[in-house]
Amino acid sequence: MYLASGAEATVTLEHGVIIKERVPKRYRLKELDERIRKERTRAEARLMSEARRRGVPTPIIYDIEDFTIEMEYIRGEPLKNIMSPELSESVGELIGRLHSGGIIHGDLTTSNMILHNDRIYMIDFGLAFVDRTIEAQGVDLHVLFQTFESTHNQHEELIEALGNGYRRTFPDADDVLKRVKEIEKRGRYA
Amino acid sequence: METIVIGIEGTAWNLSAAIVNETDVLAEVTETYSPKTGGIHPREAAQHHATYAAGVIRDLLEEGKKNGLKASNINAVAFSLGPGLGPCLRTVATAARMLALSLDVPLVGVNHCVAHVEIGKWKTPARDPVVLYVSGANSQVLAYRAGRYRVFGETLDIGIGNAFDKFARSAGLSHPGGPKIEEYARNADTYVPLPYVVKGMDFSFSGLSTAATDALKSNPIEDVCYSYQETAFAMLVEVTERALAHTGKGEVLLAGGVGANMRLREMLDIMCDDRGASFYVPEKRFMGDNGAMIAYLGLLMFKAGSVTDIGKSHVNPNFRPDDVDVTWITED
Repeated sequence: MYLASGAEATVTLEHGVIIKERVPKRYRLKELDERIRKERTRAEARLMSEARRRGVPTPIIYDIEDFTIEMEYIRGEPLKNIMSPELSESVGELIGRLHSGGIIHGDLTTSNMILHNDRIYMIDFGLAFVDRTIEAQGVDLHVLFQTFESTHNQHEELIEALGNGYRRTFPDADDVLKRVKEIEKRGRYA
Repeated sequence: METIVIGIEGTAWNLSAAIVNETDVLAEVTETYSPKTGGIHPREAAQHHATYAAGVIRDLLEEGKKNGLKASNINAVAFSLGPGLGPCLRTVATAARMLALSLDVPLVGVNHCVAHVEIGKWKTPARDPVVLYVSGANSQVLAYRAGRYRVFGETLDIGIGNAFDKFARSAGLSHPGGPKIEEYARNADTYVPLPYVVKGMDFSFSGLSTAATDALKSNPIEDVCYSYQETAFAMLVEVTERALAHTGKGEVLLAGGVGANMRLREMLDIMCDDRGASFYVPEKRFMGDNGAMIAYLGLLMFKAGSVTDIGKSHVNPNFRPDDVDVTWITED
C-alpha cells in the first residue's frame, strides 16, 4: 500500500512493514545521487536508533539496504487529530531528549508523532541531522510551533505546555525558546 | 497614467542606472568596476562608483531625452538600501538622494534581493514562483506568502558566486570565476567526490570551496571544476525542490548573476520537468545586478505609496528580503 511521497522518498506498507525508499533525482549526477541517497539512508537509520537509546520511541528498524529502510509500522493515532496540552508537554520532553543528544529532527509536525500504547512515537527522521547549536534547535521548535498555529486552535497553550516538558529534559531550553522568538521575528521558514 | 522611475544599482561591482515605466526599460547605462587583480575591493569599488555616478546619470538622462523623455516626467528615484558592500551602498545612496532632491521627486529605498525577484516576474510569465536567487554574495530560495517574501533556505556562510571566485583565485583564474569554471567543466571526464552540505533547508559552500581547492593538487582542473559545479548546483536544486513541495507552488524562477550558468539551468529544468512545474529564466541582462530591477521595484513601491524619507534613507548592508513589507502585491 502506497502511503506518501515527499520531495525525497516514497513510503509504502507491505505485509505490516514500512518500506521507505529514497528515490533517484535525475538532475543530480548518478554517482553523486547514489552517494547522497546512501549516506542519508544510513544517517536516518542511525539517528532513529540513537533517538531510541535516548528515550524517544521510534519505529524499530528491521533492515537497511542502499536506499531503503524497512521498519516497524506504528499503528496508532497521529497527534494531529488528538493534540492536547498534556500530549504537548510529553512531546516537549521527547524533543528535549533529542536536542540533549545533539539530534535535530528537521521536520517536527504533529503528523510525524503517533500515539501508540500510551507512548508517543516520533517518525520520519528523513531530514534529521546532528547539530548542537541553539539556532538549529530553535528552528526545529519553530517549525513545530508553526504547525500548532496552522492546525490547532489552542496553539498558545500547546506552546506553553511544550516548553514545560522541554525544560524538564533539556538544560539549555530557555536559551532555545528565546531564540525561537527571534526566529519568528525574522519571518523565516514559513 | 504612466509612471516613470529612475533606479540606480551599485551594491557591489556593477554601477548601473535605468529608467523604466510599467511596461519597458526606457533607458539604461552601465559602468562596471573590474579589479586589476584578485576580487572586488569594497573601497575601490565605491571609489569607482563615486567617479562615474554623475556621468552615468547624465548619460542616462541624455539617452532618455533621445526617446522623448523629459526630466519633469520622472516620478521617483529608487536605489538599493541593501544588502551590499557598505562603502558602495553609501556612495550610491548619496547620488540617489541628490538626484531626488534636484528633480524634486520622492526617493524609494528598495531591497536588492527583492528587486531581482520582481524583475524576473516582470520579464517572464512567472506569477507566484519559488525563486532561486544566486549571485556573488547571495544564495537564497524565496517565495511569497502573506505579505512577505519568505526565505525558505539560504547559505549559512558565503554566496555561491563568492565561493566560485575564492576557488578560482586559488586555481589562478581571473575574476569572475564562474564563467571560467563553467568552461573548464565542459572538458571533464571524471567526478571527484566533494562534500555535499545541505542542513535542513540551508546550504553551505565554504567547506566545498576549500575541498575543491585541495582536490586541485591531485586532479586535473577540468575534473575539479566539473565536480564543484555538479555538487554545488545539486545542493541548490534540492532545496528549491523542497520549497516547491512545501509551498505547493507550480513555478520556479531563476535570478541573479550565477543564473547565467547553463548547467544550473539544465538541472533546474530537469527537476521542474519531473515535478510538473514551469521553469522561467529572464533574459541575461536582467539576471545580474542591473539598474532596471531597482527602477522597476521602485516603481511598484512608489505606486503602492511606499516611499522613503530622505532622513530615514540610511543604508543597511545586511538588509534581509524577509524584512520587507510587500505592499505592492494584492492577494486575490
